[in-house]
Amino acid sequence: MALLELRAVRKAFGDHLVIDGIDLSIATGEMTCLIGASGSGKSTLLKLMTLLEPVDDGHIYLDGQDISEPGLDPQPVRQRIGIVFQQYNLFPHMTALENTLLAPRRVRGRSAAEVTPEAEALFDRFGLADRMHHYPDQLSGGQQQRVAIVRALAMQPEIMLFDEITSALDPELVGEVLDVLRSLRAEGMTMILATHEMGFARELADRVCFLDRGRICEEGPPDRIFSNPSEPRTRAFLSRVL
Amino acid sequence: MTGTPLTRRQVFEARQRRRATTIAAGSTCAVLAALVLLIPLAPGWEAVKRSFFNAEVFAKTFPGLLNAFLLDIAIFAWCAPLIAALGLLVALARDLRNPALYPLRLAAMLYTDIFRGLPVILVIYLIGFGVPGLGLPRPWNSPYIWGSLALILVYAAYVAEVIRSGIESIHDSQRAAALSLGLTPSDAMRFVILPQALRRVVPANMNLFIALQKDVALLSFIGPVEIFRQAGVYKSLMANFTPYVGAALIFLALTIPATRYADHLMNRQRKARS
Ligand SMILES: Nc1ncnc2c1ncn2[C@@H]1O[C@H](COP(=O)(O)OP(=O)(O)OP(=O)(O)O)[C@@H](O)[C@H]1O
Ligand SMILES: [Mg+2]
Repeated sequence: MALLELRAVRKAFGDHLVIDGIDLSIATGEMTCLIGASGSGKSTLLKLMTLLEPVDDGHIYLDGQDISEPGLDPQPVRQRIGIVFQQYNLFPHMTALENTLLAPRRVRGRSAAEVTPEAEALFDRFGLADRMHHYPDQLSGGQQQRVAIVRALAMQPEIMLFDEITSALDPELVGEVLDVLRSLRAEGMTMILATHEMGFARELADRVCFLDRGRICEEGPPDRIFSNPSEPRTRAFLSRVL
Repeated sequence: MTGTPLTRRQVFEARQRRRATTIAAGSTCAVLAALVLLIPLAPGWEAVKRSFFNAEVFAKTFPGLLNAFLLDIAIFAWCAPLIAALGLLVALARDLRNPALYPLRLAAMLYTDIFRGLPVILVIYLIGFGVPGLGLPRPWNSPYIWGSLALILVYAAYVAEVIRSGIESIHDSQRAAALSLGLTPSDAMRFVILPQALRRVVPANMNLFIALQKDVALLSFIGPVEIFRQAGVYKSLMANFTPYVGAALIFLALTIPATRYADHLMNRQRKARS
């Protein structure tokens, strides 16, 4: 059974149908990349999965449970699905470590003494050991984004969503964030990425989905999508970005 | 200072600064000299000097005024924390989303609308004379209690609006980030949004509290002998207005540094955010 399954999911903002009947099935340990033009609905799709936006129609199943049920408490779902945003969205009044400890303590009710070593291990692993006690405005973009990833990982989610997490970074900082993703990939984390980094998608993804006007226009293994797309729209998009 | 030679721009800017300082000092001196020389030429100056700037009266009444000012400070000191607490509660009540708590939200809205819409002195009269008029036993008929309550109600309404504007100024992505980590909406407010919002509105709230310090004098109209009332007593006693000037100086000694400090904080925040 798929870990995460979307069936005929729809979402409109006012009259504007942004997600127009999407079916998608994500297996445990799989890495899926969402590509598509600006405004094609990538961010919205990720927000639907973590219930930051309510689903209008259709179903989303997590481990077989329908999480798109209107009125369902979104909190337990969000504890299992982490998300990292393009703009980092760190809490500016907390140090990197405090950012990381907040949710495990408040949501999981764990003690700081218990969580801190885990957090330290994560900071260490991603080259942030000497940045734990810094405030976000004392960190570079790449460091902030890595802290944001650590913050999400500290909740030990089963699925991680990444929304164009390198798009706001200076080119020389992109690499350090992509390295984090490589490391998570090697660990077998289930990941869904909205990305403009086509080279990276090609290197690591199990599957690439090309979104166009709120629909999955084409999906398949990266090699086929990038070198031999069957849909004219996919071809047109790729010829613009590659 | 650093040992490195100044750049051309730094040399230029230093010269500009010196020039600006010289001009500012020169024009200030000119204006002051004009005031000192011209005002005494006014026909009523001698009379004004006698009744407003009388050194003898000043020396005699100033200690008593300072003493009375302690009461202003005491009233301020017990009102301020209550205002902060009530203002915060009202601000939060206005954001309640739970339909069962709608009456609270409505009450908070009416409350801020009403108390921001009334002159402070009117509220002080209505509450300060009205409630003790119910014939309550001591100490519940004290004008201190009801006068203070009037100040608290008015100022908490303003503080609530300031805090609410702070909450609204925090970008929604902060809330989304908090919720995405599994925090409840109230935890997101308490740990993520409110701390940032409160920090952001410190200067605005400081200005409110400076205004409060001045408005404490309004309580004199319903009884308490604080500095303004005390100055009035001295004025009648000595048939001289100098005590009012003394009272003004005491207020300024407190409010000017506080205002400067609030402005300084505001500038620092503006710089930090740009
Ligand atoms: N909260 C919202 N209210 C109204 N319209 C929205 C909202 N969020 C997104 N949209 C609209 O939905 C469409 C899809 O937006 P979305 O952010 O999902 O696209 P995207 O594929 O992530 O684009 P980008 O590559 O620019 O990030 C856009 O036309 C956008 O204007
Ligand atoms: Mg997007």
